[in-house]
Amino acid sequence: MFRKTLSMFLAVLMVAALAVTMVSCDKSNEDFKLGVILLHDEASTYDLNFIEAVYRAKEQLGLKDDQVILMRNIPESNAVYEAAADLVDQGCDIIFADSFGHETYLLKAAKEFTDVQFCHATGTMAHTENLSNFHNAFASIYEGRYLAGVAAGLKLNEMIAAGKITAEQAKMGYVGAFTYAEVISGYTSFYLGAKSVCPSVTMDVQFTGSWYDEIKEKDAATALINNNCVLISQHADSMGAPSVCEEKNVPNVSYNGSTVASCPNTFIVSSKIDWTPYFVYICEQVKAGKEIALDWTGTISTGSVVLAEVNEKAAAAGTVEKLEAVKADLVAGNVKVFDTATFTKGGEALTSYMADVDTDANYTPDTEVIKDGYFHESEYRSAPYFDIQIDGITLLNTNFG
Amino acid sequence: MKTTNTAVREPLFHVVKRDAMPLWKSMLIRVIAVVAALLFCALLSVLLVHANPFEFIETMFKGSFGSSRRLWRFAKDAAVLLCISLAITPAFRMRFWNIGAEGQTLIGALSAVAVMIYLGDKVSNGVLLVLMFAASVTVGAIWGCIPAVFKAKWNTNETLFTLMMNYVATGLVAYFLLLWTPSGSSVLGELQVGHLPTVGHNYLLLILAVLVLTALLYIYLQYTKQGYEISVVGESENTARYIGINVNRVIIRTMLISGAICGVAGFLIVGALDHSIAETTVGGMGFTAIMVSWMAKFNPLVMIGTSAFVTFLEQGAAQVSTNFDIDSSFPSMVVGIVLFFIIGCEFFIGYKLKFRQTAKNGGES
Repeated sequence: MFRKTLSMFLAVLMVAALAVTMVSCDKSNEDFKLGVILLHDEASTYDLNFIEAVYRAKEQLGLKDDQVILMRNIPESNAVYEAAADLVDQGCDIIFADSFGHETYLLKAAKEFTDVQFCHATGTMAHTENLSNFHNAFASIYEGRYLAGVAAGLKLNEMIAAGKITAEQAKMGYVGAFTYAEVISGYTSFYLGAKSVCPSVTMDVQFTGSWYDEIKEKDAATALINNNCVLISQHADSMGAPSVCEEKNVPNVSYNGSTVASCPNTFIVSSKIDWTPYFVYICEQVKAGKEIALDWTGTISTGSVVLAEVNEKAAAAGTVEKLEAVKADLVAGNVKVFDTATFTKGGEALTSYMADVDTDANYTPDTEVIKDGYFHESEYRSAPYFDIQIDGITLLNTNFG
Repeated sequence: MKTTNTAVREPLFHVVKRDAMPLWKSMLIRVIAVVAALLFCALLSVLLVHANPFEFIETMFKGSFGSSRRLWRFAKDAAVLLCISLAITPAFRMRFWNIGAEGQTLIGALSAVAVMIYLGDKVSNGVLLVLMFAASVTVGAIWGCIPAVFKAKWNTNETLFTLMMNYVATGLVAYFLLLWTPSGSSVLGELQVGHLPTVGHNYLLLILAVLVLTALLYIYLQYTKQGYEISVVGESENTARYIGINVNRVIIRTMLISGAICGVAGFLIVGALDHSIAETTVGGMGFTAIMVSWMAKFNPLVMIGTSAFVTFLEQGAAQVSTNFDIDSSFPSMVVGIVLFFIIGCEFFIGYKLKFRQTAKNGGES
């Protein structure tokens, strides 16, 4: 009897809730649709990060299930154009694609379907194509990596103070995917963060040539540890490096979300891009009939660059407080990550650097990016272009894929 | 006493080859298998993803037939898969287990893209397309021929050899992508030269080309002397030798044809669709093609149906993932289950189980 009453009550409640939501939605909100094209599915941490952000944005904006369409496992080929066209047929107002190689095919769709907005993460072509319906976005993840680097530097200081290593032995290891700007910008900012608190730090980098290859990432981390690296970080998507660190009890700074659950003794902190603010932004702009920025860079201030909770068990004492302070300095602009006073190349400080910001067939450097004493990363274009090999970092190999 | 002994030695059942079954009966069994598989998957969808089973089956169909755009995409995807399946068929009829179609197609595509990159701004689009076609077919044929030569000369294992050649092809694509993208991103993107002309619809030319190829291959295998030689070598190499067929020559010639058709597939993918190359350009179709060809009993005309069926399954599965907002593991399971049912029913069309007679005998006596 009780169960029957309860189910009746719940049914009435659900109908009522439905009626309320239907009344409260204005017409423009109900018509709106967002389509998302994903390279893989939930099995990839890269795509999972986007999927979770879409769900959070959907909740924040009060969108219903049929207003958000996710297309998973779309390879970097003509299939992107087909998926985009299919989403247009389904009435999407915005179509978003998450992988670098999706760009040219998404652009083709943008040129054909001019009344639909197309947004592309990590791409480089929007600011040169100059279409009113094609947009790029990225986040200044180097700020997050810099903060993660500060946490790593504090850990090294603690190890030096405890007599476990000497100041000269403070060498970190970094497992990178490919030797190009996105990764170089990432490991350099991580290194500079560590160096800002531990001046004697050096770093070795080993590339795997893949965004996701657990075995190769494990091998790279093991090689780095055997090569006397006392702390490991990575820019690749599997649990390879963190799990080796836990096994060998070497402190680890991970990426794309906390790994504390599987590495409770060695995980210090991790940084990631949170795409929620961007999804909310593009949806709100389109619903209000306003334009989306051609090339949008999320920052630590917009909530696009975030750190996972510090694991007090592995981190040095005072890490949380120090990170708060440095974060405030970054937000206020008092600290610049790529301050030319903090690093050298070939023993000399840089005063000028031409970067390849506008994509062209020959990748000609075209823009002066060092001004006012720092390298202006992600300012002339959201996608990273810092590709300088600075002193103190040794590349054990290179791998372009 | 004696009967008990035989009963112990006799297994519960044994497999017996069936007499040939009339076509309508075997087709009916296949249809029943597919329907049973879909119903089973619908039931699973209720249990695992809490979906309405009717909605689930409807979604499967919507993936390929939901709009005219999807119908074209379906026809195009089936045509590309059919083309690669055609390519492996001559070799399979010869019992040469070529599982290198993936690499042969990829290397064909790579050759077309190389022509686009190095000659794209030097010759007219028409000449460029002819050169791309020639490059794809030639390189595809050479790639297919290498394991055949090794098989003919040194009797190497063609399955392992062709499989390894896939990895070499992928490695070559990675190398050239590195060469062609100085930024190191290895993403070439869509090139603006060497596009096949549009006839009616964007995909129509590709579909027609593959259909013509299907007819040609059917005639070649069914009505020419060379086609007959392939069948004889497939039945028994010794018989072939005995009646004076040069087996090595047939093996090499047939693999040249297989590789060349893969080259055509690579050319079509580049010229009509992607206008670019990546390591994932063929996307596993070289392996799916084996199943398409096998399910059609290596008959090119029947392969039109089997490639369409496999494409229908894959696109239906993708649509299920999108409409039910789930990851791709359940949809992939569905594809696997349906194929398992079909392979199972093929077994029962060819063979039957004969159960132990003892119990029956006991009842009668």
